[in-house]
Amino acid sequence: MKDWRYWLSAQQGTLTAVAIFVVMFVIYTANHPAGFTANVVQTAANKGVLLAFVAMAQTLVVITAGIDLSVGMILLLTNCLASWIVIGTPLETAMGVIAVLLVGALCGAINGAIVIYGRLQPIVTTIATGAVYFGIALLLRPFPGGSVNEDLADALTGRLFGVIPSSLVALAGVVLVVWIPYSRSVYGRAAYAAGSSETAAYMSGMPIRRGKFLSYTLGGLIAAVGGLFLTFFTYTGDAALASGNAYTLFSIAAVVLGGVSLFGGKGSAIGAIFGALAFRTIGDLLFVFDFDPIWQPLFQGLILLVAVSLGAIGLVRVRNRLEWFL
Amino acid sequence: MQQSDDLFRMEGISKRYGGVRALEQASLTLKAGRIHALLGENGAGKSTLIKIMSGVVSPDQGTMLMDGQPVTFPSPAAANDAGVVCVFQELSLIPELSVADNIMVSRPPTRFGMIDRRAQRQIAEEALARTGASDIHPLALVKDLPLSRRQMVEIAKALARKPRILILDEATSALTAGDVRKVFEVLKRLRNERLALLYISHRMNEIAELADDCTVFRNGSNVASYPAGTKSDEDVIEMMIGREYHSAYPSKPEPVPDKKPVLDVQNLSWGDRLHDISFSLKAGEIVGLGGLDGQGQRDLLLALFGVLRDVKGTVLVDGEPVRIESPTQARDHGIGMALIPEDRKTEGLMLPMTVRENLSFAALDQLAKSGVIDGKKEQTLIDRMMKLLSIKAGNLDVPVGTLSGGNQQKVVIAKWLMRSPRIVLLNDPTRGIDVGTKQEIYQLLRRLADEGAAILFYSTDYAELIGCCDKVLVLYDGAVKRQLVGSEITEHALLASALNLPEAERVQELAS
Repeated sequence: MKDWRYWLSAQQGTLTAVAIFVVMFVIYTANHPAGFTANVVQTAANKGVLLAFVAMAQTLVVITAGIDLSVGMILLLTNCLASWIVIGTPLETAMGVIAVLLVGALCGAINGAIVIYGRLQPIVTTIATGAVYFGIALLLRPFPGGSVNEDLADALTGRLFGVIPSSLVALAGVVLVVWIPYSRSVYGRAAYAAGSSETAAYMSGMPIRRGKFLSYTLGGLIAAVGGLFLTFFTYTGDAALASGNAYTLFSIAAVVLGGVSLFGGKGSAIGAIFGALAFRTIGDLLFVFDFDPIWQPLFQGLILLVAVSLGAIGLVRVRNRLEWFL
Repeated sequence: MQQSDDLFRMEGISKRYGGVRALEQASLTLKAGRIHALLGENGAGKSTLIKIMSGVVSPDQGTMLMDGQPVTFPSPAAANDAGVVCVFQELSLIPELSVADNIMVSRPPTRFGMIDRRAQRQIAEEALARTGASDIHPLALVKDLPLSRRQMVEIAKALARKPRILILDEATSALTAGDVRKVFEVLKRLRNERLALLYISHRMNEIAELADDCTVFRNGSNVASYPAGTKSDEDVIEMMIGREYHSAYPSKPEPVPDKKPVLDVQNLSWGDRLHDISFSLKAGEIVGLGGLDGQGQRDLLLALFGVLRDVKGTVLVDGEPVRIESPTQARDHGIGMALIPEDRKTEGLMLPMTVRENLSFAALDQLAKSGVIDGKKEQTLIDRMMKLLSIKAGNLDVPVGTLSGGNQQKVVIAKWLMRSPRIVLLNDPTRGIDVGTKQEIYQLLRRLADEGAAILFYSTDYAELIGCCDKVLVLYDGAVKRQLVGSEITEHALLASALNLPEAERVQELAS
């Protein structure tokens, strides 16, 4: 086999996610009254990036065969924090942004430390820490409110050169600065290895713990980027429990749509980003087709099922039934 | 013998797991430029010894010296850093990563802090070539490779770490005959490069070919060390098992003429992996599957057991054509088939569950009355199996994962015998288990056959096929190349047909 075919088979999940998104988005813009315009793309991008950030954060943890049920709460906590401190002079704003990112990373690091060194199950750990993070968010903002540096917010939610949504640029920036170095680093690989077969990774003398710790920490960091953007979009902080829970659950759906295996060791954040964008487009599709809002959740669920099934279509062709269980 | 050649020494090593003594005052000396064979039954302490050497577990007592300096290895990484690298019997590869990623897994080449994939690929290719496995593509995912190729990757990975001491734990157990020859060449070259090699194998002929020194372990201590070739196989095996060594294989009965076959397979094909396979299996017969590893033997067993889809051809049971679409159908009354799988840890046992639960899994439908398990019936059957197979488990309610490898394998076999199957398929059941248990399994197979079972037995060990089988089908590239019956089953005939060579002379050339 040629090299590119190995590459293709390795990237299959990611490419499927890209394809699902492109098909949905084309259908969406084709039926949108305004069509494929900078405005439509910007709105879609701004809706999509929040979930994309959260899904990326989730991916980092899922790769280690863990799961982060606190990711939506980190989003809320950093949102509430940002509505207090990302304001004022450019210097103060910059310090605020850094502080928010650090708090997000700290949340992730706490999850990681408990899971790795406390040897607790990720699912229980993050339910508990998620409740704590939400509690702090609520203390910060018992009622929706606060404000944010509006110049920065408008710059990051607007358009670059009048056409490119700057939120997408920011997303690409995070991929470039966080994801690419991570996935190609020794620790990143250790995280993949731990997710795929922790015993084998240990026996090979890989730095599993540091790899996993880094994954959880970066997950928190990226969730905080999401929290910042949430603040930029809304100009306020709001500890809304339902919204945090929804982000957590949607991030898992997006990750699966993006071809990341919930069993760990397989998938990429890029796939998850497209999974998130595709997930958001489902909602938009129902909007352009003028569905009665009452029917929306039901259809959203059905389309999600179909989309996730696409990833499993290979199993229909399996000729050795044992491969169902791999 | 020069003192300066002593590269590694272990003295007075003891290790207990709970109340069980795994090692007691064990010692071992490895010299540079020598291949040292470690012999002993499973449970003799060999695995624990190498786990201590490679930093997987710490000893309770004792000292380790490297180049005369005391050393401790708190983790596998620490042992690797000191130059001690182990090729584990339980594969240490990461299935979702590529071959190149796996070979360079712990210390990949980096540029600007990121993994340099081009350099990594080059190193991986070199390592594969040095191992004699350049047929493996460095970008292939490990999970897509057959077991024998994975084992070669494992060896390449060990070599890429540039060890000073290389430990091979049953490293050839999954390899094809051709690969074994390549690996042996590599090992001999490493010996010339002044490495110390520690070689663990249950195959006496491999040890005879490779080893310079031998150490025999029994009950957690080293009972004898001697230069290779100074003791006969019989002596060695007696030292290992500490009891009289009789002929390993039960005697074969006279062939029964003209009995109707229980299982009749006609023109079985599956995709491009199995081609036109026909054979029949009579009650009381043990038929072997031979050939190089990965020539379709496993696929054939899976096809018969209803695991594969789109299988073409006819399968007759008692003369009636049947379609077997799942293991559930295969084991049902009319057919009564059982498959003892290759990998007991994933396909045979639920390791964290108890011995009792594992024994009952395959027979639950027969043990249950309207969905409730009949505890008394279960206990009677289990008691019978424990006795029949002399499974050594302190208690039926301990996790099956705590038993030794040989006893785990017995549980896998017993679990299927609970159903009293008429057709028993075995996929390399003696891989990596000790001599004593192997012999018990051979006896058991013959006894089952005598009681009327029809047995299809795949083994990678030619000696087993010769010793156990009434008939051997040699597979090559998914097709039966030759059928050997009775006295035709010889090592030469097996090897000649396995390599798909017409003349035996050419085989002898290859072997020499």
